Amino acid sequence: MMQVQIEIQIIAVLVALTCAIPGTFLVLRQMTMISDAISHSILPGIFFGFLISGSLNSPIMILLAAFMGFVTVFSVELLQKTQLVKQDAAIGLVFPALFSIGVILISKFAGNIHLDTDAILLGEIAFAPFNRLHLAGLDLGPVAIWVQAGILVINLGFFFLLFKELKLSTFDAGLAASLGLSPVFIHYALMGIISVNVVTSFESVGAILVVALIVVPASTAYLLTDDLRKMIIISAVAGALSAVTGYWAAFWLDVSIAGSIATSCGIIFLTTYLLAPQRGIITVLKNRKRQKSEFAMMTLIIHLQNHSDENDETEERRISHLWKHLAWPKHHAEKVVKVTEKNELIRIENGIIDLTEKGRKFATLAFGLISSGKKEDYRELRKEFLVFGE
Amino acid sequence: MENAITEFFTNHTFLIIAAGTSILGIVSGMLGSFAMLRRQSLFGDAISHAALPGIVLAFLISGSRDSLWLLSGAAIFGWLATLFILSVVNNTRIKSDSALGIALSVFFGFGIVLLTYVQKIPDSQQAGLDRFIFGQAATLVKRDVIIMSVVGVVILICMLLFWKEFKIMAFDPDFAATIGVKTRFFNVFLTSMIVAAIVIGLQAVGVVLMSAMLIAPAAAARQWTNKLGMMVFLSALFGVISGVGGSAISSLGTRISTGPSIILTAVLIGAISFVLAPERGLMVKWIRDYQNRYKLELQKILDDMLEISLQHGEPYHPHSLAILNHTRGFNKKRILDLVNYGYIELVQGNEWKFTLKGYQKAQESTTSNKFEL
Repeated sequence: MMQVQIEIQIIAVLVALTCAIPGTFLVLRQMTMISDAISHSILPGIFFGFLISGSLNSPIMILLAAFMGFVTVFSVELLQKTQLVKQDAAIGLVFPALFSIGVILISKFAGNIHLDTDAILLGEIAFAPFNRLHLAGLDLGPVAIWVQAGILVINLGFFFLLFKELKLSTFDAGLAASLGLSPVFIHYALMGIISVNVVTSFESVGAILVVALIVVPASTAYLLTDDLRKMIIISAVAGALSAVTGYWAAFWLDVSIAGSIATSCGIIFLTTYLLAPQRGIITVLKNRKRQKSEFAMMTLIIHLQNHSDENDETEERRISHLWKHLAWPKHHAEKVVKVTEKNELIRIENGIIDLTEKGRKFATLAFGLISSGKKEDYRELRKEFLVFGE
Repeated sequence: MENAITEFFTNHTFLIIAAGTSILGIVSGMLGSFAMLRRQSLFGDAISHAALPGIVLAFLISGSRDSLWLLSGAAIFGWLATLFILSVVNNTRIKSDSALGIALSVFFGFGIVLLTYVQKIPDSQQAGLDRFIFGQAATLVKRDVIIMSVVGVVILICMLLFWKEFKIMAFDPDFAATIGVKTRFFNVFLTSMIVAAIVIGLQAVGVVLMSAMLIAPAAAARQWTNKLGMMVFLSALFGVISGVGGSAISSLGTRISTGPSIILTAVLIGAISFVLAPERGLMVKWIRDYQNRYKLELQKILDDMLEISLQHGEPYHPHSLAILNHTRGFNKKRILDLVNYGYIELVQGNEWKFTLKGYQKAQESTTSNKFEL
């Protein structure tokens, strides 16, 4: 591995780590689209910063671009407060406008200097290692590593300091306010840190990849855990993993690194979405099917219990008429009876269904479950009686 | 100069561009109204970004730059992204904003991967697929305009045929379901039409900004009317103005991409509507607020005057300016206004007292919470 390659990967991983922390909170607060908005609307800020300082990573530009981030958040909220449009439309109006202004300014006035819109959307991480930091004749490595590491430290400091406040205002803004924390302050602090992250990351990875690294790893983590700390850690790991695998895929295929990292994020998310132990789609669909069948069995048992005493009501328990009484499709009724019989909850004699001893016990408990609605009761019922889900 | 302008507007190339962007404006304006009312504004953003890999894959597979191929690819990927978003939102606890963000960034990133891959293939440099990122109306040819108009006419017919269903889906999908409208079908139908509208705009406006073309005309139109039909019509009209205006600006100037100038025109129309629209507009609201505040001040003077008068045991007791100075909201202009309204009158040179009308008004103001001057 060449030194440049290592450096590119270090930068990518640093960006991924930096984005993971605020990303988690944005996903939980349902505000991820605002990061998309900010990443687009900092463009005019970058243009003016570039015009004033003549370089892509001067502090002036970071300040101006962060300022544009604030302008975005602020104008979205202002527009929303007029009640003329809803929040989503407000976001959708503000950032394309600012982005358009930026694109026109850049293509009109910056055509001759090295700043083009593609670079801002996609970044040029491959060139990042060539911009090196020299101090007293010593080569201290790429500037981007130092900038990103600095931003990561600021992020870590911010989130360690405000972790409690952020956690509370994210999950219960009302309680946070009543305890004297200011959710508005937290909101703007978070927006500020997002703007700074986006600005410093865009040069190496571009606006779109910043969004990918903010949203996708955090969403992946959201499928895997209920614990906030774990969620941050998982999303950092997922982000770093995407950065490294994405880099190598891009290297082997000779394609855009930023695009490849975003794709890699997507593949990790998709895998998790399919296979996550509790919230993966396969488990979810399986559970749904099982619950459906359990519910049908329960309905059948309760129906039988209701009509078990009187001899006149054997008609209600006749297997060939059952589907009519329960208003089920015929084949569905047959299937349910089969499964229930397999579970030894019923027995069939002369075409009449009777509850077994076990079935009667089940019915009593099921009645209790319906009135209590408690999860524990349901679990116990399943453990004791239901062997065959399908 | 005049000649140059007439020549410009009768120029064949510009006529093609104007026709194309007009159709784009009409279609995105109409469907944007529904997208906005259904709170799907940002959905368009995700779909348009997600179309990029479709365009490039279509080129890779067919090897042709024909826009019918490319736009079909875009439509398929727009659709895939829609399915992805719906599936994530329906089956997990991930909320729609994150699902949109994932679709947007991942699909777009993948599109960029494909784009950089295509650019390495010999002879494909000229494919000019990157024009889809910011849009280049100048690349529209007659055939594109024909394709766009066919799609546009189909959308228009569908909309007229299913107007009632779309309308109820936009405002109250739950109610629609209870009266037997096939909501799932119409949901998919309407969303597909939005995807189609986005796709036909990609060439002129580009994937990054196309979503604003849905939102801005609709948001502007919403301010002028409360009727859906009128809103859709106005939105289409604003769409046409933005499309033609934006592409004219872009062709007249040098190095101005069409996408951004169309979007800026649309947003400008939106901003003007926000301020100037009757009833909902900010200007009207500011004036109304000012008037209400002024009315409240007059009411305060009347209230306090009534109290002072009652202390004297006589409602029509005259008061000097020095006394009235103690009323809340006192200033000379307001006193004169009250005289003009006929609520108080001047007696004995320098003292004011209630008129009968003013006395009744003051009593009314203490008993009812509605106060009209």
